[in-house]
Amino acid sequence: MEALFQNIINALQWGSFYALIALGYTLVYGVLLLINFAHGDIFMVGAYIAFGVSVFVLGTQGLDLPNWAILACGVPLTMVLTAGVGVTLERIAYRPLRRKGAHRLYVVITALMCGLILENGNLALLGASRKKFPELMEKTIWTFGNVSVTNLKVIVIVAAFATFAFLNFIVTRTRIGMAMRAVSYDKFAIPLMGIPVDTVIVFTFVLGSGFAGLAGMLFAMSYPILEPYMGALIGWKAFIAAVVGGIGDIRGAFVGGFLLGFIEVGVVAVFPSTFRDLIAFSILLLILWIKPTGLFGVARHQKI
Amino acid sequence: MLAGCGGGDSDTIKIGFNIPMTGDIPKVGEASKYAAEMLKEDINSKGGLEVGGKQYKLEFVYEDNESKAESAVNAALKLIEQDQVVAIIGPNSSKQAVPAGGTCNDNRVPMISPWSTNPDTTKDRPWVFRAAFLDPFQGPVAVNFSAKQFGAKTAAVLFDISNDYSKGLAEIFRDEWNKKFGDGAVVAFESHGTKDQDFSAQLTKIVSAKPDFIFLPDNYNQVALIIKQAHDLGWNGPFMGSDAWGSAELMTLCGDDCKGQFFSTHYAAAGAKGDTKVFIDRYTEKYGYTPDDVAALTWDATRLVLQAIQDAGSIDSDVRKERKAIRDSLAAVKQFAGVTGNMKFDAQGDPIKCAVVVRIDENGQFVFAESVCP
Repeated sequence: MEALFQNIINALQWGSFYALIALGYTLVYGVLLLINFAHGDIFMVGAYIAFGVSVFVLGTQGLDLPNWAILACGVPLTMVLTAGVGVTLERIAYRPLRRKGAHRLYVVITALMCGLILENGNLALLGASRKKFPELMEKTIWTFGNVSVTNLKVIVIVAAFATFAFLNFIVTRTRIGMAMRAVSYDKFAIPLMGIPVDTVIVFTFVLGSGFAGLAGMLFAMSYPILEPYMGALIGWKAFIAAVVGGIGDIRGAFVGGFLLGFIEVGVVAVFPSTFRDLIAFSILLLILWIKPTGLFGVARHQKI
Repeated sequence: MLAGCGGGDSDTIKIGFNIPMTGDIPKVGEASKYAAEMLKEDINSKGGLEVGGKQYKLEFVYEDNESKAESAVNAALKLIEQDQVVAIIGPNSSKQAVPAGGTCNDNRVPMISPWSTNPDTTKDRPWVFRAAFLDPFQGPVAVNFSAKQFGAKTAAVLFDISNDYSKGLAEIFRDEWNKKFGDGAVVAFESHGTKDQDFSAQLTKIVSAKPDFIFLPDNYNQVALIIKQAHDLGWNGPFMGSDAWGSAELMTLCGDDCKGQFFSTHYAAAGAKGDTKVFIDRYTEKYGYTPDDVAALTWDATRLVLQAIQDAGSIDSDVRKERKAIRDSLAAVKQFAGVTGNMKFDAQGDPIKCAVVVRIDENGQFVFAESVCP
């Protein structure tokens, strides 16, 4: 019983990362119908930016602020800088193709390529040695019987829920959110209404990448060893989670992320770890068989 | 003319290094390369290696195997066919050394792995040697030490299932522990994948099985994550590790969580004497950190090859004949005094040497705890 509660907490923490990354996929897809395969690597870049910010800018080799101040300034700074990377990518890779009227397929492949450029650029610039993320928070472990929770785990889980609530609010309750949904609905008619499509797209990338930066920072704090390829696998998995949730839908990404987290932790808790991905993705495949649009997705009919 | 294409200058000896400069364990490759460079400078600054009255300059070719099994095979082939090396040092980890050993053996090129401890690396491969002890020896060392040190009756094991080294050692440990304390004395036997970052589900199972300690035959980068997460789950008991912990980077990555833990390894840098101390001091001065066991073993492995070349008496300009000569004199080495201790070689090409158990002290130094000889 205690092991069950412990695993629920483990799964909530692990699922939070999937959910945070899946939200970025779903936002960009929702607006552009583009699967931004570089998103997992933007998450990785976010973790490295968090590392750079908390060591070389605010930390021991920079301003040398106390830990709470590094944390307080580091989170927004990381989010802003990572958003900058996302927007840069949009500017130099996706927008020129869109302007030329390239088919969506080519933009998706460009995204895959950008992910590889980010990974290998990092490898070339910073070297293969792993980076150790500094401990910014005094770790507190609360134990209830045999169930242990750290303050960091609670923060990660709360951050994931807060992010979801915030993005849901932006998309459904604000003017720019309405514009995002409008662009998603019809990209050709919307500029005629006087809505600046490029601004809306840039804003989408700011949101998606900014929260990938937050995920990167939290991930680096929870698993404090960084390497250039850390974003690839988790990025793919979060993308699958977003698809199972119903890509393009914010609730879908959130639920899908946690679903994958729960299945993965649950499988390892019962079976040997080698079965984890096999069983987890078989279950997800089963869900897509029953509902190909994902849990919250709605079937789109292509107009000809 | 044709010979000039491959063999290079006839006054040089070309040795290949198949090491992980990138991938999961880049520090291992770096340590190997640094040790080799130091040795090469030593010899070349004195005019070269003297073989049969003539001086030959050394030329080392470093090939990155990316810590991957398939890349290690490609790197070996490139060294053999393109660079025409006379012998290959490495790969270091068994995950790469087992497949690359097959390639070298098939191509009749002498290979010596500094760090690989899995028996399969050299088994039935007359062209493959090593400088490290074997897991069937290391496993019982860990069993006996932890039973005595922790007063343990039960153990849990967490290992990397996609790594030959980790899996092999975990199984040897389990069998040995169960033999000593009866079936079921290993209360949890859990695995993970190489790219995993979250081990909480496995550790939850282990912690709830209440073992006396956790055996962790894993690479240093994963060790750092696993121990931290075990502490987050409320585990305060001890860990016992294996020689894959012994990287110079372990303490940078792991920090306070690793202090007080034990692991078996090839040598203890703190408190070393004689040649070992000279090697450690020179390396530390040159590169700015204490050499780990991979550096010391690469030093020994490379010196073994150089000694074999000298023992052969002369350099054959035909690279195939030279390789054969080196293999024959390597196989004839009966005893060798290295910085990682004295070794004798058995018929399989495996050294018989002592293992050391070290404790990580409060300052993060690897301090000698016990030495176990076969």
